[in-house]
Amino acid sequence: MPGKIKSVHDPRISLNILSKEDVQKIHTATLDIIESVGVRFPSHKALDILEANHAQVDRQKMIAKIPGHIIEEALSKAPPVYTLAAIDPSLDLPLDGTYSHLGTDGCGVEILDAFTGERRRTTKKDVQDVARVADYLDEIAFHWVPISAQDCPPQSRSLHELEAIWLVSKKHLQTESIINENEMKTAIDMAAAIVGGRDALRKRPILSVMQCTTSPLSHDGGSLEAGLVAAEAGLPIGYMTMASCATTGPVTLAGNLVVGNAEVISALALMEMAYPGCPVYYAAAQTSADLRTGAYTGGGPEDFLFGAATNVLADFYNVPLSMGAFATGAKEPGWQSAVENSLSAFMAVSTLSDMLLGAGLLHGSRILSYEMLLLDAEIWSILCSTFEGIVVDEENLALDVIRAVGPGGNFLAQKHTKKHMNERWLPRYMDRRPYNVWEQKRDGAREWALQDAQKILREYHPQPLEDQLVAELDRIIHHHEMKFKPQNG
Amino acid sequence: MSQEIFAKLTQSLVDGDPDATFEYTKEALAAGVEPMEIIKQGLIPGMNIVGEKFSSGEYFLPDLIIAADGMQKAMVLLEPELLKRHQAVESAGTVILGTVKGDIHEIGKSLVGTMLSANGFKVHDLGVDVATETFVQKAQEMKPDIIGLSALLTTTMVNQREVIKALANAGLRDKVKVMVGGAPVTRSWAEEIGADGYAEDAMGAVQIARTLVGK
Repeated sequence: MPGKIKSVHDPRISLNILSKEDVQKIHTATLDIIESVGVRFPSHKALDILEANHAQVDRQKMIAKIPGHIIEEALSKAPPVYTLAAIDPSLDLPLDGTYSHLGTDGCGVEILDAFTGERRRTTKKDVQDVARVADYLDEIAFHWVPISAQDCPPQSRSLHELEAIWLVSKKHLQTESIINENEMKTAIDMAAAIVGGRDALRKRPILSVMQCTTSPLSHDGGSLEAGLVAAEAGLPIGYMTMASCATTGPVTLAGNLVVGNAEVISALALMEMAYPGCPVYYAAAQTSADLRTGAYTGGGPEDFLFGAATNVLADFYNVPLSMGAFATGAKEPGWQSAVENSLSAFMAVSTLSDMLLGAGLLHGSRILSYEMLLLDAEIWSILCSTFEGIVVDEENLALDVIRAVGPGGNFLAQKHTKKHMNERWLPRYMDRRPYNVWEQKRDGAREWALQDAQKILREYHPQPLEDQLVAELDRIIHHHEMKFKPQNG
Repeated sequence: MSQEIFAKLTQSLVDGDPDATFEYTKEALAAGVEPMEIIKQGLIPGMNIVGEKFSSGEYFLPDLIIAADGMQKAMVLLEPELLKRHQAVESAGTVILGTVKGDIHEIGKSLVGTMLSANGFKVHDLGVDVATETFVQKAQEMKPDIIGLSALLTTTMVNQREVIKALANAGLRDKVKVMVGGAPVTRSWAEEIGADGYAEDAMGAVQIARTLVGK
């Protein structure tokens, strides 16, 4: 049964990856690029705001060159600390620099059916089922839209995805699938309906928004305009770079950081120019392209390094970070996914990335696997325990107990052992049985994870929203669909 | 003398030095070497070596792209000369590429375009956010062998189906093969919308394109 959310909090382990001088060099290089090369903002609304804030704007190319001090001034208005609210306040997620919270990954297009094993296209019901399992798992602190509701009309799909998740969970919801103004406005109406109005939503944003940039040095117009609408309503808004070494970014890691950094901070600065003081966050999922195919890799030393380095940059800008960790390139749960997800998550937590995406998807965030979701949750559980570190105090030094046991004997029956043994980690899926037991059954992590997922799907049916509210959400979506019928042709 | 210049041309492609390829092409033409010989004895051997090294894992995608760049620079000088002599390099086929309406992602499409060009296809890249009507128009104008449609979002992917429908409505569906690709695109989606081919990466796209033009 779901209990308290399991996030990393006040870890005792940290990693040094970029020195203060390194960060300053990256920052200076970034400002140089933004000012002298410029960033493309294919939205007149965005260009109007930038121009009003002394950017040099080329309307033909839709490129803005923004002076460094203007960027810095805008960013200085971003609140360094805020909370991702949940419908149930006990599930609130502080972004105060002392936590790492794990979310589900997104946005996949296929799913491995939990009961038939069939790989098929994703539907709204799948979104709801995945969200149910994510709601059940303590390791999952917040939802991303995990998969696309491809059986819903394109012009309202992102809204159906929100509804599907809100129907089964009170945890915070961050959406990465709203990329135009109209859907953003309707999404805000839906969120406001749940919490009792726009003011309530601004105070307690149960919805946050993530937008992707287009590397190198560009944005998507719809993403910018949707972001501005979100910022106006007080929803936390982040921009994510996925600059990829050798293809959409320099092949060298520092250069790739500069390109991504330019995209992200120029977008965050835009948000602050438009709505000073609005909650924003840095987001990144940088990687290296596979040099043999140009393909997105989803794991490797480059990913691990970016996973740690990016939060050092986000800290420099004094904003939270949403980091693409996990998200293996493996086609099935196994050696590759274990290596990639463990190392990427470890590195992201080592510099205390505030939000981590994300559990549950295979093949470069394309295929939802229930086994993966549960196995990734176990990796997270290991990290949460690991990052608690080693406490060295009287109670933990246990001198009295050591004295009592003396040479020889054991500690099993000691009161001290009973008192603290729950602090030791126990696996759900690591196989520690005797060899011959394994040899007989030859089952293991994948089977057990799938069985658990099936059990949750069969037995866990939360209904957090009253019927009235559900009907209201339906009504809002229906109204949107009528208003924005696609053109025929 | 010719052998020397041919060797230099070949090496410039293998070394990944497009400016040198350009200069040697210029030199060869000035020395009276036939453009078709420059291609057959200087450039194609170079591209073949690059291709072999790529297959064996010694060379990587950037090496291919840079070599293709060198080839293109040489062809800028050679095409007018071929035209004068009423000659032409046999093309593997003509391809129109574009990212569908509402979508501005292009790295995958650009890679496919470069790989197709490097493999002898004539490629017309329409860019991004290309209207369905534009694909049909260009198909009517250029009469390509293949139209390649790219999409990165599930919400824009639907336009791949729209283009195929529009081609049918314009009576062009049986005159052109349609290939689709992009991160959210799957083989089953390609089949569902009646596309003729699908590949997950640029190399795969070249294989499919070759099959579709019957080579």
